[in-house]
Amino acid sequence: LVFISIFSFLQVIRLYFSYLCITNKMATSASASLSKAVKQQYMELPQGDKVQAMYIWIDGTGEGLRCKTRTLDSEPKSIEDLPEWNFDGSSTYQSEGSNSDMYLIPSAMFRDPFRKDPNKLVLCEVLKYNRKPTETNLRLTCKKVMDMVADQHPWFGMEQEYTILGTDGHPFGWPSNGFPGPQGPYYCGVGADKAYGRDVVEAHYKACLYAGVQICGTNAEVMPAQWEFQVGPCEGIDMGDHLWVARFILHRVCEDFGVVASFDPKPIPGNWNGAGCHTNFSTKEMREDGGLKAIEDSIEKLGKRHSYHIRAYDPKGGLDNARRLTGRHETSNINEFSAGVANRGASIRIPRNVGQEKKGYFEDRRPSANCDPYSVTEALIRTCLLNEEGDEPADY
Amino acid sequence: MATSASSKLNKAVKQQYMSLPQGEKVQAMYIWIDGSGEGLRCKTRTLDSEPKTIEDLPEWNFDGSSTYQSEGSNSDMYLIPAAMFRDPFRKDPNKLVLCEVLKYNRKPAETNLRYTCKKIMNMVENNHPWFGMEQEYTILGTDGHPFGWPSNGFPGPQGPYYCGVGADKAYGRDIVEAHYRACLYAGVQIYGSNAEVMPAQWEFQIGPCEGINMGDHLWIARFILHRVCEDFGVVVSFDPKPIPGNWNGAGCHTNFSTKEMREDDGLKVIEESIERLAKRHRYHIRAYDPKGGLDNARRLTGRHETSSIDEFSAGVANRGASIRIPRSVGQDKKGYFEDRRPSANCDPYAVTEALVRTCLLKEEGEEPANYSK
Repeated sequence: LVFISIFSFLQVIRLYFSYLCITNKMATSASASLSKAVKQQYMELPQGDKVQAMYIWIDGTGEGLRCKTRTLDSEPKSIEDLPEWNFDGSSTYQSEGSNSDMYLIPSAMFRDPFRKDPNKLVLCEVLKYNRKPTETNLRLTCKKVMDMVADQHPWFGMEQEYTILGTDGHPFGWPSNGFPGPQGPYYCGVGADKAYGRDVVEAHYKACLYAGVQICGTNAEVMPAQWEFQVGPCEGIDMGDHLWVARFILHRVCEDFGVVASFDPKPIPGNWNGAGCHTNFSTKEMREDGGLKAIEDSIEKLGKRHSYHIRAYDPKGGLDNARRLTGRHETSNINEFSAGVANRGASIRIPRNVGQEKKGYFEDRRPSANCDPYSVTEALIRTCLLNEEGDEPADY
Repeated sequence: MATSASSKLNKAVKQQYMSLPQGEKVQAMYIWIDGSGEGLRCKTRTLDSEPKTIEDLPEWNFDGSSTYQSEGSNSDMYLIPAAMFRDPFRKDPNKLVLCEVLKYNRKPAETNLRYTCKKIMNMVENNHPWFGMEQEYTILGTDGHPFGWPSNGFPGPQGPYYCGVGADKAYGRDIVEAHYRACLYAGVQIYGSNAEVMPAQWEFQIGPCEGINMGDHLWIARFILHRVCEDFGVVVSFDPKPIPGNWNGAGCHTNFSTKEMREDDGLKVIEESIERLAKRHRYHIRAYDPKGGLDNARRLTGRHETSSIDEFSAGVANRGASIRIPRSVGQDKKGYFEDRRPSANCDPYAVTEALVRTCLLKEEGEEPANYSK
């Protein structure tokens, strides 16, 4: 009897652990379980002179990325070597089936960290059938605005926060039916009880470095399974280009691991941090001696245009950020504009060392994690450098 | 997991054997289309030296009674090498050899549609007919359910998957990447690839290929895909409507042009061709799947970016029409057009032959003309 009860107990334990393994496996995709050794054998096959170019674009949601590949007969050396292409916009929320051809215009080229040299990632602008920009092609106007202020050398650095989810939609590593311990130990943490999914972060960082994306750092964030990477300093239009490609690379890396990257600004309601995209900004003037004055002038102008910026800082005109900018969890309240030195509860934070050296940059903490960086950087230029006022952008 | 037992065999062990040098000997894998008109078969022979061209490859034979192609009492069938490619599985100097099948009496087998296709292509060489075919397909697990789908149900509705990225959008990209590289290595004219509207559905494009090459390259690309999926332990299906209901079907849109269409003012020739195609809709529908139209009847409903099987239509940039003229062609007034009717499991020889017969040889009526005098 003793033997039978011990045996049954052990069987129950064994089944419980198999159940745990199955449950954990279920939070990653079926694709992730395909043999990578098999894949590697194919990826090592020489490709002669042929080059694969993966064209990437932003779909009709203004947040989603799409991609497709074409073969080129030789390695493109610059963006001019890449031909225009087209795609079916009725399948990406961008057009009707009866008139669905849309144009892909290569805008920025990077090395492909998945297929490796000589293959390329090509970020594209999307034009409608009549060659006008689509509703979510915010790069076109951003570039025009950046060209207008080129001699002021506007630099940006954007801090992209994101959350890793399992394919079940629950944050990766969280207990499947509940929550981890409260926030506190996770920010920049180390250890299996503190850092959830570091492999994704490490892989993404290396992939960005290989690709030529201007990634300048990473850290674990306050909520477990939440991370941040920073892209910059980038001048002008490069900020948007590099951030969108960094996001694409993150989605692709997560796909390989079988998990999902979410840029939702408030993935878990309640006492859990949201995800933002704090944007650091400076001009040549601000970076020079006495530049603090230019910084303070800019902040004054921003103070008068709060609702225009809020509209530009998430893809839903402020509705997404409304869930995040509560005034708690190191955010400012969406209804009020505020600024302060070293103040993380303000809309604009001036770093302490900038306050001391009287020059440098400032940080706009309002943009949400799923913002369009073209829209954010353009808004900052319009208000701070082109001195625009009022609720609408000027038409030049 | 819905992957095969074979895919779990130790690949490191296999790699040790595959690294063994083979001296002067070369392995040639002969590939042919079986009696179903859709299935591919293959067997290998050793050669004493590397074949440099197709002429270096000997004729062979096989047991047709095991491939739905002949009776047991008279089952020998001939394999005639037709096109040679590098072997991406066994690598250089080994070869893949696409073959035509002849019956015991040296006449083409019923599903050897290459034979007449080649004759037709020879007749119109001077027109330089170019083709590009967009092969859609679905990845299934060994349980027959689409790969990555929840085992007892369905994913969220279509919308986010086309050209998507992310584990919740793209199911099975490893297969696509491996297939693309294998085709490039083999010398197949692969033009591009993308994720399709239904999750676990993908597309690759082959072309531009002139004449008979279109059929050759597409059949080899399909063989390579089956073989890659076999290595991963999943299954590729070319069924034109794998999941009934509000899920996209799978087609093989065929782009076509002649030298005349590609030159200035070629749009006029394109429009003439489309007029001829309009008058011969049923002949083409019969040529565009291996069951004379029955397979396509499940797919061409008029919904999900297809035209209805009963009606012929054409339009610029219109994905609900039988024939679509790309917008750039409408603007440049020259180029090519896209026939969206062929099903994913079509025989490319039958499709390309039908287009040439109707548009270049200007045939009419329900039956193909007989040119052998």
